[in-house]
Amino acid sequence: MTLPGINLNEPATDRLHRLLAMVPWLLNRQGVDLEQAAASFGVSTEQLEADLQLLFLCGTPGGLPDDLIDASWEEGRVYLSNADTIARPLRLGVDEALTLIVGLRALAAVPGLGDRDAVDRAIAKLEAAAGSLPGALSDARAVTVDLADQGEVPHLSEVRAALEDHRRLHLRYVVPSRDETTERDVDPMRVVSIDGPWYLEGWCHRAQDVRLFRLDRIEALSVLDEDGTPPAQARPRDLGNGLFQPGADDLRVSIDVAPEAAWVVDYYPTESVEERPGDVSRVTLAVADRAWLRRLLLRLGAGAQVVEPAEVAADVAGAASAALALYEES
Amino acid sequence: MATSKAKQPKTPISAAKTERLLNLVIALLYTRQALTKVRIRDAVEAYHGLGDEAFARMFERDKDELRAMGIPLVTEQIDTWFEDEEGYRIDRREYALPEVRLEPDEIAVLSLASRTWSQASLAGPAARAMRKLEAAGVERDDRSLLGVDPQIRTTEPGFERAKDAVLGRRPIRFDYRKGAAGTTTRHLQPWGLARWHGRWYLTGHDVDRDAPRVFRLGRVVGPIQWAGRAGSYVVPPDHDPLAMVRTEQGAAPATRAVLRVRGGAGQLLRRRATATRALDDGWDELDLDYTSSDALVGELASHGADVLVLEPPALREAVVARLRGALGHRDGRTS
Repeated sequence: MTLPGINLNEPATDRLHRLLAMVPWLLNRQGVDLEQAAASFGVSTEQLEADLQLLFLCGTPGGLPDDLIDASWEEGRVYLSNADTIARPLRLGVDEALTLIVGLRALAAVPGLGDRDAVDRAIAKLEAAAGSLPGALSDARAVTVDLADQGEVPHLSEVRAALEDHRRLHLRYVVPSRDETTERDVDPMRVVSIDGPWYLEGWCHRAQDVRLFRLDRIEALSVLDEDGTPPAQARPRDLGNGLFQPGADDLRVSIDVAPEAAWVVDYYPTESVEERPGDVSRVTLAVADRAWLRRLLLRLGAGAQVVEPAEVAADVAGAASAALALYEES
Repeated sequence: MATSKAKQPKTPISAAKTERLLNLVIALLYTRQALTKVRIRDAVEAYHGLGDEAFARMFERDKDELRAMGIPLVTEQIDTWFEDEEGYRIDRREYALPEVRLEPDEIAVLSLASRTWSQASLAGPAARAMRKLEAAGVERDDRSLLGVDPQIRTTEPGFERAKDAVLGRRPIRFDYRKGAAGTTTRHLQPWGLARWHGRWYLTGHDVDRDAPRVFRLGRVVGPIQWAGRAGSYVVPPDHDPLAMVRTEQGAAPATRAVLRVRGGAGQLLRRRATATRALDDGWDELDLDYTSSDALVGELASHGADVLVLEPPALREAVVARLRGALGHRDGRTS
């Protein structure tokens, strides 16, 4: 028996966690829409119905109908009753409290992120709620996240204001891989921070596509007196695998990386990494931009040796000898 | 192995187990007095069909799993007519999340804090925490945070173990790769974790060197192993992992570099320059202050023939060496 959207391999304790949170949530929202409830718990409606069916079988000892939890979900509205013993959510676990407290403290340290007052109030209430956890607060201080690079996120408040007011932005923006400054109009979609820097994601009218712009590479920014609603085809990209997303047309480059250049593996998504004798890793990268690749290989110096293709090795060697010629002249 | 005589369960095994655990939780919350195993077996229907040993084993496992979930299941001595016996219950006040009245804007920032973990190994706990806090029925007001999407990622495979070690104050052992020094085995009493410039760092007392040290989690090779008991050392009370990482990574005093940069090139260098002087051949001379020589050498080399280092000599030599390296070992073996 398989039903769409039901995870039969879900561990029992994961499901129990959800049920124990679901009961108080539903008790406080009698008649809530079934789909809304499913979305709030990140499950399909089929899974939610299976969960409700399971709740229906549980209750206080005795097993009489009066002892059991009563759940109904006719016509897409959920009602729940007779669940007094588990009417309150389970207190926060260590990891749960940790994520929220660490996350809030990281947000609080970002200037220009907005509602600092609400963040401070939320931290105070959360610390009170998690207070019964032994050591939870000091534990949360043992894990710290810096989202703001020492309190400096240029242009963040201007970009956020433009997002809120749906206004188009004009940017003077440095493209490091081509080492040039460009001018463009952008309809802002969101500001994201991932692996350190903050980016504006928006519809770029010059590229006619969605682009990410690193806020610290924006030389100048002005808010235009024009509607900045992105076109319907503008879709935010999924950043689950980081910023660099290999394309099918990308050039596949294989390089041998010595330990001093091994940071490349941490920074860029690799198609494969193979350990070789002598502490060397053979790394395959997907590269869309040859100028970017040339710069990367110049940067790595002897730490990286191109295995293939040969034309990449020749290109880098040519750029390196042109640079060395300058040093010989001067 | 003997086959079970029991008929095929109508529901998947995990559903039967969830049902059993939930009934156990309810029974132990419902009772005012601790329940003996006999009474528990009676109260939870799923235990009825089992033999003594099978029941004892299953109950032990169930009890452990509930505790691992953070459910405060306590063991108490009960006076019976004959002798002391162990009983079990869950204290309702210990169980429940304390009453927190959250305002809509507070829910909104909490929800953003939760979402920052959505691409991380802690995504599950972060989402679950939010559902507990939202149980009271306050609807969030997200307007002020629309379009803000910071992400805290945990791509380093060692993150979970490192976090558990920090929270549990438990010594660890791991192989660590550091530049040209290669890979060595290190012993650490972990103090804290900090994410800085998009990477996780582990701080602690390095047992081999008998000194505080910072480790980049991404340079740990293979699994992190336990190397002692939880709670077997004390973390300095004023320890701030982020401050320690910042100090370690960027505390060197600044040095001034003088560069010649081709007109129109070196955009990011120009933005950081403290002075720019135009030369008559279309090039510019830039003054640039830097703290990390290693990072700057790579950046300058990446510009190829667009940037020439004039001062200091050590930086110039390092860039030349880097460029020679980029020529390739075979071609660049000129003296």
